[in-house]
Amino acid sequence: MSVLSLRRDTATPVVASPVVVSAVEVGKRYGEGDAHVDALRGVSLEIEEARLTAIMGPSGSGKSTLMHILAGLDRPSAGSVSIDGVDITAMNDKQLTLLRRAKIGFVFQFFNLLPMLTAEENILLPLSIAGRKPEQEWLEELLEKVGIGDRRRHRPAELSGGQQQRVAVARALLSRPSVLFADEPTGNLDSHTSDEVLSLLRDSVDELGQTTVMVTHDAHAAALADRILFLADGQIVKEVRESTAAEVLAAMQEVSGR
Amino acid sequence: MKRVVLKGILGRKFRTILTAFAIVLGVAMVSGSYVLTDTISKAFNVIFASSYSQTDAVISGKKVVQYSQSGNALVSPDVLSLVRNVDGVGAASGEIIDYTGNSDQAKILDKQGNVITGNGNPTFGFGIDPDQPRFNPLKLTVGRWADGKDEVVIDAATADKYGFHVGDRVNIAVGGIHRFRLVGIAKFGDVASVGGATISIFDPTTARAVLNKDGFDIVSVSAKPGVSAAELIANLKPVLPSTVQVQTGNEQAKSDEQGVATFIKLIRYVLLGFGGVALFVGGFVIFNTLSITVAQRTRELATLRTLGASRRQVLRSVVLESLVLGVGASVVGLACGIGLAQGLSALFKALNLALPEASMVIAPRTVIVSIGMGTLVTVAAGLFPAIRATRIAPVAAVREGGAGSTGQTSRRSIIAALAVVGASVASLGFGLYVSGVPTPLRILSLVGGALALFVGTAMVAPRLVKPLASVVGRPAAAFGGVAGRLARGNAIRNPGRTAATAAALMIGLALVTFVSVLATALRGSDAKAITRQLNADYVAVTQNGWASLPTGVGKGIAATPGVQVASSVRGEQASVNGSDILVSGVDPATIANVYRFDWKEQASLARLDGTGAIVSKTMASDKHLRVGSSFVLTTPAGTKFDLRVHGIYAPPRFDPLLGQVVLTTETFDRHFQRPSDSLVLVRSTRSETELAAAVTKYPDARVLTRSAFITDRTKDMQNLLNMLYVLLALSVVVSLFGMVNTLVLSVFERTREIGMMRAIGLTRRQTRRMVRHESVITALIGAALGIPVGIGLAAGVVGALAKYGLSLSIPIGPLVTFGIVAAVAGIIAAVMPARRAARLDVLTALQYE
Repeated sequence: MSVLSLRRDTATPVVASPVVVSAVEVGKRYGEGDAHVDALRGVSLEIEEARLTAIMGPSGSGKSTLMHILAGLDRPSAGSVSIDGVDITAMNDKQLTLLRRAKIGFVFQFFNLLPMLTAEENILLPLSIAGRKPEQEWLEELLEKVGIGDRRRHRPAELSGGQQQRVAVARALLSRPSVLFADEPTGNLDSHTSDEVLSLLRDSVDELGQTTVMVTHDAHAAALADRILFLADGQIVKEVRESTAAEVLAAMQEVSGR
Repeated sequence: MKRVVLKGILGRKFRTILTAFAIVLGVAMVSGSYVLTDTISKAFNVIFASSYSQTDAVISGKKVVQYSQSGNALVSPDVLSLVRNVDGVGAASGEIIDYTGNSDQAKILDKQGNVITGNGNPTFGFGIDPDQPRFNPLKLTVGRWADGKDEVVIDAATADKYGFHVGDRVNIAVGGIHRFRLVGIAKFGDVASVGGATISIFDPTTARAVLNKDGFDIVSVSAKPGVSAAELIANLKPVLPSTVQVQTGNEQAKSDEQGVATFIKLIRYVLLGFGGVALFVGGFVIFNTLSITVAQRTRELATLRTLGASRRQVLRSVVLESLVLGVGASVVGLACGIGLAQGLSALFKALNLALPEASMVIAPRTVIVSIGMGTLVTVAAGLFPAIRATRIAPVAAVREGGAGSTGQTSRRSIIAALAVVGASVASLGFGLYVSGVPTPLRILSLVGGALALFVGTAMVAPRLVKPLASVVGRPAAAFGGVAGRLARGNAIRNPGRTAATAAALMIGLALVTFVSVLATALRGSDAKAITRQLNADYVAVTQNGWASLPTGVGKGIAATPGVQVASSVRGEQASVNGSDILVSGVDPATIANVYRFDWKEQASLARLDGTGAIVSKTMASDKHLRVGSSFVLTTPAGTKFDLRVHGIYAPPRFDPLLGQVVLTTETFDRHFQRPSDSLVLVRSTRSETELAAAVTKYPDARVLTRSAFITDRTKDMQNLLNMLYVLLALSVVVSLFGMVNTLVLSVFERTREIGMMRAIGLTRRQTRRMVRHESVITALIGAALGIPVGIGLAAGVVGALAKYGLSLSIPIGPLVTFGIVAAVAGIIAAVMPARRAARLDVLTALQYE
């Protein structure tokens, strides 16, 4: 897979990229019989390579559940999910573990850094778990890119929220995963630091070709996406490409109104 | 991952140290007991070995029975003369010296005329040849050896403590009171005395005279230069009679050490036992603490999983954490144990239990066992939380609000718990009630069953928390206000954690309850047994209750006007078919007035003659004897004689006052050398003081009323009980650490919640009290679990010993005390966590994630 570099340009026509993640008729049901709740119903989608896809929706829409299933953290009650053409819904725990090492990166809302490791150690953690040595150049480049170069030996407690999230992003990018899942990455940050982190994510899509899926309720964040999927009541109800924040808000209202 | 673990431990230093303490104490006890006993052992080794270093051969009487009152066969002065003329003999001297028997007893009187015999320590009276003093471990420090019939040397400890100086008069009771002049002071090796014993040293002739011995205990021989020990012994053997043996100096040193070695081994096993209990409790604490910290690190561990850590890596990381904790704690424990051994050594010295010193012996075995056991317990206890950690789903990394443990118990775990309890009961039942089981297997099934019972109860405990907390928490809820009600709710809310904390305390309380109930049963049975047998108003015994009385005591009481009956009872060990048994000699005319025989085969005491013996039912069945059968009795001095069974009686199995073989006094005196009394049973209308006046000539004798005698018989048990309580207190201390740990962690976990309550008006004081109530409730749950388990265990043992006349009676007083102790433990444990909870800054707490 070659690293494509795409520039954002409102006039660029949609180019069909290879599909990295695909979901077919995914459903998630909790409970049985009369007391059941369908968090997701027949959701099918395709995540394109080297694109930033946002998943939005009001609370209860099932967006978190969908992301968990796409990322292999949860099993659907119906349907299937494949990453890089391989069906992950049938995988056992060992296979999923290997998948997470090789193909999946995570960025969490609450950063999820290990408090007793330094920033650098946190970034290297996925590789050390997999027992692989880092490419020193790549590491330096990443540290530079996220702007943590001079604070690499600091512990999370000594870093601001924004810095911690940037470390988390570097951690996710280090192993060059097929897809990076970001769960409300700006949920715990103020608007200024949100911007820093969002532009970081955007840059990694543009410059590194990193396929990224972001779940968010922040219209401002969604506005940076190449494609936005709107969820309501467990189904995809709307899809837009490249919108401004205002358009996103309008779409949200429309979706919520249903 | 290793770095994650190690940095994690370093990051939580305070918590880790607190957790580690649970293991440190147990390991310290284990290593301390090894170091202490090894050191004492070596010290004795050195002394005994050196004392015979210049002796090539030692001639002594053969030992027929253990603990005889009259001692082994003696070496006659004729044999000594013969020995001096044997080829190769350089020097030979006869001495009165015996550390392992009871036959050389001389009681020193202090300046007020009271017998010096603290704590039942031996009171040795020896005779050492002043011309050949090198044949023994005693060394003069002041003055000279005794050489005359009114001279004596005593040990330095007694001289110091009671203010004796060379030239003073010393009264010593052996038979009657004898007066001596102190001519020297001696030490045992390099220590003032050995184990608190008093030692009086006369010259051999004087010693023989006062102890009424017509021969020597030993004859020490050194060879002419150029003659080997083996040669010497070969030359000596032919001239020695059959009741006497010869061995090398080394072999003699080893036999002398035997008694000491057995005693030291006993101390070691007891101390190790308690160390084991402390470690077991420590294991519970580790299990609890690690379970909580694993639960608190759910998000962290789940994140590792999302980053690609496999289940096995998570398992290994938690196990590694326990391993590091275990090894670290064990090393610290080992060091503390060494310090503890030194402390105990100093304590013994202060308690006048002077034991010989050597440099601390830290054997490789001590290091290996201490570190091994500590690490093993920690890793084993940490295994369950580790397995639980692997079950954390990766998705928990994103879930809001971090999962605290709820401790909900599944159906499966209840079944497993009941299975463990069932298995433990079966194992205990097997060990207690099945006969014909080899002893090691029996001990294994008893100890294993008890441990399994504790584990099983701890597994069932979460289910019992709610009902128990409602009961023991009622005072808190009723009188503790908001704080009390909240505390009760907190305890119920997380039954798994409450149960695990309470379980650690449960073990200690169960054990003290067990000991207490069993001791009460034993005391009760003892009292019953004696009351059944005894028909006398008074009993004369020695100060310590087990040494022998001179026969003059009985005679003196009998001669006192106003005494209807004074029946002397002779006592001595003897051997029948290789078994040691107690033989009593009674006066057939008077014994039935003071002792109730429970006849199985009725016999007329009047017709008991010089060849007849009354035997106990047990002995009759063991040796297949009936009325009319004959058997051979061997005395400690080696003389054998025939006896015919005249009657069979059934003394209580527990604390019989008469022996398995009962002869007439006349028969007894005829065959046993230096006969002495074990008791004198008296019927008299006189008062105790009047009778005491009759025995002033024998300062070691006391006259006790019947009830005082019964209490006296059980006083040793009370001392033992107190010592057990102290040792078990250690396990309570360990569980205290566990409680503190758990409370600190639970306060930490509920930071936001506490912050919220403070924000809506809970005062600092109420916060403290809430934590304190919670701690007390948990402790009382531990008591509510432990006390019944202790009673159950005691009931099991009592049931198994029912054939000895044991019956169960529950001592309410001590049990209530234990409950109070538990509550106090809860209060103490809460001090630090309560302060922490109260000091939480409200704003920070509210924002805590």
